Amino acid sequence: MRLSRFRWAAVMALPLGLMACAAGADEGGAKSASSEAAKTKAAKAKPAKVAFPSTYKAYPAQETVIIPVTIFDGAGGRIDNGWVHMADGKIKEVGGPTSMPPDVGNTINGAGKYVTPGIIDIHSHLGDYPSPSVAAHSDGNEATSPTTPEVWAEHSVWPQDPGFSRALANGGITSLQILPGSANLMGGRAVTLKNVYARTVQGMKFPGAPYGFKMACGENPKRVYGRKGRMPSTRMGNLAVNRQTWIKAQDYRKKRNSGKSFKRDLGMETLAGVLDGDILVHNHCYRADEMAQVMGMADEFGYKVSAFHHAVESYKIGDLLKAHGACSAMWADWWGFKMEAYDAIPENAAMVQNSGACTIIHSDDKNQIQRLNQEAAKALADGRRMGLEISDATAIQWITLNPAKAMGIDKMTGSLKAGKMADVVLWNGNPLSVYSRPDKVWIDGALMFDAADPKRRPVSDFELGQPGEGDVK
Amino acid sequence: MRKLIFSAAVAIAFATPAAAETVAITGGKVVIGDGSDPIDGGTVVIRNGNVVAAGASVKVPAGARTVDANGKWVTPGIFAGFSRVGLVEVGAVSSTNDSSARGSKFSAGLDIAPSIDPFRSSVAVNRAAGVTRAVVAPSSSGEIFAGQGAIADLGADNNPVTKARAFQFVEFGATGARRSGGSRSANHLQFRAYLREAADHAAGRAAFDDELMRKEDAKALQPVLSGATRLLVHVEGANDILRLIELKRSYPKIKMVLVGASEGWRVASDIRKAGLPVIASALNDLPEDFDRLSATQSNIGRMKDAGVNVAIGMINDRDAHQLRYTVQYAGNLVSLNRVPRATGLTWNEAFAAITSKPAEIMGMGARLGSLKPGRAGDVVIWDGDPLELSSAPTRVFIDGVEQSLDNRQARLRERYRNPVEGDLPKAYDR
Repeated sequence: MRLSRFRWAAVMALPLGLMACAAGADEGGAKSASSEAAKTKAAKAKPAKVAFPSTYKAYPAQETVIIPVTIFDGAGGRIDNGWVHMADGKIKEVGGPTSMPPDVGNTINGAGKYVTPGIIDIHSHLGDYPSPSVAAHSDGNEATSPTTPEVWAEHSVWPQDPGFSRALANGGITSLQILPGSANLMGGRAVTLKNVYARTVQGMKFPGAPYGFKMACGENPKRVYGRKGRMPSTRMGNLAVNRQTWIKAQDYRKKRNSGKSFKRDLGMETLAGVLDGDILVHNHCYRADEMAQVMGMADEFGYKVSAFHHAVESYKIGDLLKAHGACSAMWADWWGFKMEAYDAIPENAAMVQNSGACTIIHSDDKNQIQRLNQEAAKALADGRRMGLEISDATAIQWITLNPAKAMGIDKMTGSLKAGKMADVVLWNGNPLSVYSRPDKVWIDGALMFDAADPKRRPVSDFELGQPGEGDVK
Repeated sequence: MRKLIFSAAVAIAFATPAAAETVAITGGKVVIGDGSDPIDGGTVVIRNGNVVAAGASVKVPAGARTVDANGKWVTPGIFAGFSRVGLVEVGAVSSTNDSSARGSKFSAGLDIAPSIDPFRSSVAVNRAAGVTRAVVAPSSSGEIFAGQGAIADLGADNNPVTKARAFQFVEFGATGARRSGGSRSANHLQFRAYLREAADHAAGRAAFDDELMRKEDAKALQPVLSGATRLLVHVEGANDILRLIELKRSYPKIKMVLVGASEGWRVASDIRKAGLPVIASALNDLPEDFDRLSATQSNIGRMKDAGVNVAIGMINDRDAHQLRYTVQYAGNLVSLNRVPRATGLTWNEAFAAITSKPAEIMGMGARLGSLKPGRAGDVVIWDGDPLELSSAPTRVFIDGVEQSLDNRQARLRERYRNPVEGDLPKAYDR
């Protein structure tokens, strides 16, 4: 049920222009002509059971009110002297100074503190490139073929990665997307997790989150496979391999939708899922010209890029990104580590925001995931210094609601709207200041981190019995 | 358009170094950098390239150019405690990356100085972020010894090197073991053997064994043995630090500095007793490898509390391009003081850890790293608290010369301020 709901949401999100462009292509034509019929058929032809379903269960939540507190609601709003009421694991209500919350047993004084939604990192390799980063743990890139749509990142995630605890305690991260690496043009399925330790990956999977699909353009695929003497060894090779693969996926999807028996293919299943709009494309891409090529390819085959990741040159094409409806997930200021990162500038995110395109700050890093709030603050400051007017609350949206949207979980989390999951961070000061840290973090209303309580600090199996176990980190 | 043309002309004018002038920076919140409290409404005077006075009741000399810093902060420039700045333009383009020399026959003898290029983009970008001096170290490749590092400035002039051959850099711990054949035993023996060779070479003894080592490498280790240049040792694990302290007893003259030291807090009293200063990574808190199982952001604060002389450096952490993170790292250590059970630094300590402390640890404290009289005129004016994320330099002086804050990134920003092409392609817009 949840999957089909998301599929529809994704189809609705397709801009009209894209639908029109896609009409010329085989699949796109069928889709726009009678998409409803095709959808119904597609649903019937799919395997009945969802593989590896989430077994995540929210931990017990205590009804809680935080008052008085400064609130960034994640959707660009700010309330001074406000309050937050959480009950039954959900956001019950958020109010300002002229209203009063109900009297509940657990009332937290938030004077001088700030509340935000749980921070969301759309680009992480926790679990698939975990700590310690030894060869035995290097599970992020199936770099044996330039297209591996058949692999799923969740099958590489080690749920004992100590990095999850740092992301929680220092970064207030409550949800995160784990992607395959960028060696391959088509790297495989990404998985969205709740940042709650579990014995199994299934126990961490965000219930109802759509799958992501990792793609990569530019230097990495052509370097990795060019060195092996195989295609692609050039950027034109990158596009050719991608397009050939999409043509195969269109064929597969047509067979699948025909109602006749067909041979199941794991990779094609994922690609057809993208064409259905069920699986959201996350495309690692640095250069502006290459992002434009990818958007052209997406138009050709009738899918949409949910977010370009890294996107260091998005500032050059904010207008094009806005027209496609693609988000840019960016670092605040990484640059210069390779040719395609040479034109990165620290005003990138602010300039994308200023173009009216969707703006996200991501980490792709086990350290910076611990301070995405600070990365957003730096990107905000750089934008203001060039004269752009962007609010503090908007910068918080870059690390909450906007990534939630691009990951397809914004109906459930990402802002402090009543009815959403009570994924909440209480900060000991303004989260856009270097001097602030998470004080408490709730996930689905359950208190999962408390700076004042050493027992509310998760310690992974790996760290148990080791020097520094349970220390502040 | 006119404004853009003007700013480009200014950039060109600044590209040639102006003569050092007498400058008085008045009215700002002055931070000396030695750990003392900031001084409100202070004055800083720079003459002949050096700081001559800084404080509350400093008179403006006649004829000085006055710079109004009311509402701003005035500090010594940031001293990057460990870096590869100026060695790399594009990390993955090997022809622009001089940080290591995998194909070289030499190791300890390599001198980083000719590899430091003051016109690398990273020099301009980090200068605009307030970084004025840096420890610049080679990276090791085939051997435990990486070569001789330098102290450099980030000024826009032709002479980046403040002090060449200021130290030797060597790997211990996991990397040292790998470089010497696979074990810490091999690491220790190789270290001893090389130093013996160096001593033999110095003494002109016939036993010199150039199967093991080249003359150029041996010669470079002689000033290390005599204590004339420092030995910076990259080591992370607590046990590796203890064993290194034992090893050092055989070489009483060596002036050793620990670099990294993520587990230093567990053996902090041993480090203090051995008198070893530390240039530490500030925010390592993950068991990235088995040398760093107990890494914590409280490491520096705990070592400092134990009496260790500690500065902040960035080793193997975007150390060619992102020295501008130094202030953010220092600010994070201040934030720890508000986290229960964590140990951070006070603001004053944190700022000293990125200015005077690294200068002192490198033996340059009398010349660099603070606004005390006689120090080089490396002065930064900030639009707010320099450790805060929203702040940035408004003016930067190096050796008393005001610097351009322009760079490639700023030019790209201006070109794409409006991303849509106008009457001509973007390529004509500059």
